[in-house]
Amino acid sequence: MLDRTPIIDIRGVNKFYDGFQALTDVSLSVFSGQRVVICGPSGSGKSTLIRCINRLEEHSSGQLIVDGTELNDETRNIRAIRQEVGMVFQQFNLFPHLTVLENLTIGPMRVRRASRRDAEATARKYLERVHIPEQADKYPSQLSGGQQQRVAIARSLCMETRVMLFDEPTSALDPEMIGEVLEVMVELADSGMTMIVVTHEMGFARRVADLMVFMEAGRIVETAPPEKFFTNPESERCRVFLEQILSH
Amino acid sequence: MSDFPETFAPRARQWPLRRVLRSAPLSLVFYLAIVGGIVWLALRGSASMGYNWQWYRIPQYFYEITDQGFQWGEIPIGLVATIGLSTLAFALALVLGLLVALLRLSDLVVGNAVAVGFLELVRNTPLLVLLYLFYYVLGPIFSLDRYWASVLCLAVFHAALISEIFRAGILAVPKGQWEAAKSIGMTTGQAYRWIIIPQSIRMMLPPLTGEMVHMIKSSAIVSVIAVAELTTIGRNIISDTYMSFEIWFTIAAVYMVVTLALSVLVSRLERSFTVKR
Ligand SMILES: Nc1ncnc2c1ncn2[C@@H]1O[C@H](COP(=O)(O)OP(=O)(O)O)[C@@H](O)[C@H]1O
Ligand SMILES: [Mg+2]
Repeated sequence: MLDRTPIIDIRGVNKFYDGFQALTDVSLSVFSGQRVVICGPSGSGKSTLIRCINRLEEHSSGQLIVDGTELNDETRNIRAIRQEVGMVFQQFNLFPHLTVLENLTIGPMRVRRASRRDAEATARKYLERVHIPEQADKYPSQLSGGQQQRVAIARSLCMETRVMLFDEPTSALDPEMIGEVLEVMVELADSGMTMIVVTHEMGFARRVADLMVFMEAGRIVETAPPEKFFTNPESERCRVFLEQILSH
Repeated sequence: MSDFPETFAPRARQWPLRRVLRSAPLSLVFYLAIVGGIVWLALRGSASMGYNWQWYRIPQYFYEITDQGFQWGEIPIGLVATIGLSTLAFALALVLGLLVALLRLSDLVVGNAVAVGFLELVRNTPLLVLLYLFYYVLGPIFSLDRYWASVLCLAVFHAALISEIFRAGILAVPKGQWEAAKSIGMTTGQAYRWIIIPQSIRMMLPPLTGEMVHMIKSSAIVSVIAVAELTTIGRNIISDTYMSFEIWFTIAAVYMVVTLALSVLVSRLERSFTVKR
């Protein structure tokens, strides 16, 4: 059912911040259409790992191959990969000086050289998909947190990337808005998008994940399909973490 | 967005006393009191010197009605020259300042060193010495006449100050904006052009106006190499008429009217910027 060559191939990656090792010998393969959920305690290197995948952070050693292109200092490769890999941030990072519609069209128009007409048509299509077509002409500051994050998802969708990375997309939201964002993400998963999601929303993970990854202290401690991960994890630390997180 | 509060949030309410102290009528009262005091001192001093006031001779330097009709006098002509000179120098300073700021912000080691060297050199040289350097040293080498030596000197001097304004404005844009721009595949240049600079402009507008006001005032220094502008004209009139008190008061007032008008204009502009959001 899955493609044989991984769309993202992480092989023995290490990452140092000055003297501090944030990632230690991390390996992970993600195949097209797969949904991977990464969890683990704060500071375990989850953000660092997914930020290395689109080169917002530079890995120190090891190999990172995205869609057949190896990430290295080659600027051309970095930009090619960023056009294949979208990202949704914890803090949304919408462009506050642009309207919602402009937030969505600026990438296609400036990076992909799409015409304004095409870019706006695409933007409206994806605004529809995140259920806020009526907000197109507002500024981000006029929207609720949940709406802003859905705009951020739509912005990434407009680039029509093959993979989407999510770094704790619901952690900055008020509880009553988490549902609307997760709903959009579930729909996205159902549409076949390849997703790597850092989240502690275990209900979401159970629902969409093909593969669960548990990280601690810069290492991948456990990788398992969700059935096994939630019922019978191999490592003790993963079990403890799950108990803590599921108990509240 | 939560990390972008100043420009988009409604203005915080100020204490009533502070609002009164900052209000325009009160500022005007203070201002008139100070000017009045200075005028009074000058009058007393000049009276004890036996100075012969000839204010009635001043209007002719603003305009004249002759056989050919209405004609501008020397002071408006000088003012136009000052504004032209300052505007040209300011435009060059903006370009050069942006370049220096970008070099400093880039991770190019050489670019950084060049920018820092330029800043230190300009910041530690008196403006007058810089002008002499441009006119007497660079002038003959690059065959600059006195006008271009002045324009370039002022541009270079203010570029150093402007580059710091640019740098601060650019650094004030949250890091997440860069990351969002990069993650949709923008190059550094595209991120600057479409995401970073448009957001920093708003923060840079007030200090940049201040810098334009500063430019108009410091342009007076080129009178030492006799470039035709407002201060030079003032000096020329005085050497013909010996009316130093009247002329210097007048010239100072003209500078002040222009710089105040500029400040008011930009604060209007700024307000319309914020209201739009
Ligand atoms: N820019 C940085 N400079 C130095 N240390 C960093 C930086 N970013 C992250 N770290 C450190 O790397 C570790 C992993 O961080 P991160 O990937 O953000 O963890 P997580 O997302 O799992 O909470 C933490 O100990 C953090 O302090
Ligand atoms: Mg994190």
